[in-house]
Amino acid sequence: MNVTVLVRPREGILDPQGEAIRRSLAGLGYPAAEVRAGKVFDLEVDAGDADSARRIAGEIAEKVLSNPLIESYQVEVAG
Amino acid sequence: MRVGVVSFPGACDDRDALRAVSLMGAEPVRLWHADADLQGVDAVIVPGGFSYGDYLRPGALASLSPAMRGVRDHAAAGRPVLGICNGFQVLTESGLLPGVLRPNTHLKFRFQDVGLAVERESPWLPGRAAGDVLSIPVKHHDGCWFADADRLAELEAAGQVLLRYRPNPNGSVGSVACVTNEAGNVAGLMPHPEHAVEQLLGSTDGRVLLQGLLDLAGRPVAA
Repeated sequence: MNVTVLVRPREGILDPQGEAIRRSLAGLGYPAAEVRAGKVFDLEVDAGDADSARRIAGEIAEKVLSNPLIESYQVEVAG
Repeated sequence: MRVGVVSFPGACDDRDALRAVSLMGAEPVRLWHADADLQGVDAVIVPGGFSYGDYLRPGALASLSPAMRGVRDHAAAGRPVLGICNGFQVLTESGLLPGVLRPNTHLKFRFQDVGLAVERESPWLPGRAAGDVLSIPVKHHDGCWFADADRLAELEAAGQVLLRYRPNPNGSVGSVACVTNEAGNVAGLMPHPEHAVEQLLGSTDGRVLLQGLLDLAGRPVAA
């Protein structure tokens, strides 16, 4: 099953990368008030159904793909 | 006294650490990342560099390596572990040390000597008192230590903050430069003690932390 994990800087956590991107966008004249930079992971998970794929990917996201001190994650199973 | 230094693919300061251990009069032992056997060493240094290319997050993939399984067991037995730079990142990602290292707030690589104010007397800082200042170089892009305000207050109250930057080169919260685990046998810092062991290179203050590691390794481990 194809699963996408989105990892984002937690709310309230300073994201220097996003801020640097925002400044460059402002330099180009784009009105982006805030940019938060995260990561996307596309996984192909061996699982019988969407629920178990979601559970496995959630565990991977929690333990490996994100650091819960600074990042939140979201799991999306392809329909 | 035998001190193991873990070599990860992408580590670059493992040989300097091995050499520094020799200069301190101990026997250096090279440990391999793919081997969980620490060969019975008395102390471990997790050295600097860019383990596994810093992929995912600095230290994240190294924290999952067989060698780190061995280091976890070694630490759980009360034996000393010192993480330097990338090694500090590996130890936080492993859950052996509190907090996490993030990109420097100014997003610039920093390579310079930094002042490190001693926060409190500690076995890790033999012969040094609160208020003393060590000079040890840093060289990093991802050295901004972070913990939320409550956690930082807990760590300060528990005496787990050993050194603070003076001035702060990377945006670390509370200017924290060196923290230990609760038991006090695991310590980590971004500055490089192994690069400050000979006067020719400007400072010998790195010897303080390395001597601390050796002193802790010589203590009987509480059952």
